Amino acid sequence: MIYLEIFISFFQIGLFSFGGGYAALPLIEVQVLEVHNWLTMGEFADLLTISQMTPGPIAINAATFVGTKVAGLPGAVIATIGCVTPSFIIILTLSYFYFKYKNLSSIQGILKGLRPAVVSLIASAGLSILMLTIFKTEGTSLFNMKLSDINIIAIIMVAISVFILRRFKPDPIKVMIGTGVIGILIYGIF
Amino acid sequence: MEKNIKFYWKLFLSTFTLSAFTLGGGYVIVPLMRKKFVEELKWIDEEEMLNIVAISQSAPGMIAVNASIMTGYRLAGVLGAIIATFGTVLPPLIIITIIAKFYTAFKENRYINALLLGMRAGVAAVIIDVIIKMSRNVIKTKNSISIGIMIVALIASVILDINAALIIILCGVFGGFYYNIVKKAGEDQ
Repeated sequence: MIYLEIFISFFQIGLFSFGGGYAALPLIEVQVLEVHNWLTMGEFADLLTISQMTPGPIAINAATFVGTKVAGLPGAVIATIGCVTPSFIIILTLSYFYFKYKNLSSIQGILKGLRPAVVSLIASAGLSILMLTIFKTEGTSLFNMKLSDINIIAIIMVAISVFILRRFKPDPIKVMIGTGVIGILIYGIF
Repeated sequence: MEKNIKFYWKLFLSTFTLSAFTLGGGYVIVPLMRKKFVEELKWIDEEEMLNIVAISQSAPGMIAVNASIMTGYRLAGVLGAIIATFGTVLPPLIIITIIAKFYTAFKENRYINALLLGMRAGVAAVIIDVIIKMSRNVIKTKNSISIGIMIVALIASVILDINAALIIILCGVFGGFYYNIVKKAGEDQ
């Protein structure tokens, strides 16, 4: 029963991927390349390229990609459902307790301690994306950056976008579409 | 807030568009969610948004999906959670299904690459904007413990490269210990 196999594989990926994003990668690799021979190594590399270029969590992208390949559209849907089912059960349970007890002072203390940390984690993720945007070589970090590698156009686009966001407070999605269109004009045509 | 068809449709549409624009990893959805649900629709406040993100990050699974489930649940119970989950998984499901069919053409298309390269700049700008606002809100409280946690967590994440879930758990434990035991003991004296 291929659908059940797909469901169980992606259920495990959803259940054990702690820390999100690339944490799911080794789990996907084990399930898709080793336990089942659903993809070749080359196809797996393509999956990673596509995931980096498209929106959405990498595990969902993998679920859809593998599901489609193995069992068509129903396969994609079942893999995706398998992938989010563990999250759904766990988060609903946590939500139930959180919204019931969040006003307890002991819980308030914990939440007060972790809120500033979340701001920093968002900043850290933002920094990685900024590095990816303004340096031409992928994988540039604070520790190995080269000034000659800077993409001036990207810096100007980021700076102008930040200015517009702060000054005029538009819908951020409009800003992203705007920089996308400018990207086509600058990188695609010239 | 009235829970009619219009409300559920808006919840679906919001999570759908947010997910469709979550380029470059799970955390990107957080600033977008904040902008949509906190600033624009005013369905939840900033503190609650941060709590939701912290819990989403500490649980297994994808942060974008987890945060959507929890926001949906907060707004409209289990039905809200189901609708928010649908909204979040549908864009990647649709996009990858199409791309899986034409992926070599997609990978090599220079206009698509240029579009994505340009959009990255927009994504980076949106995150910078939100970080400025959020960190300013923490600094405005003039609570030296909160500001200290923010700085230590930033160093732990950016320079020491410590796992995000571990940072959250440690800061939660510290908060629980400090605000419930140390501070209470100080007030009692």
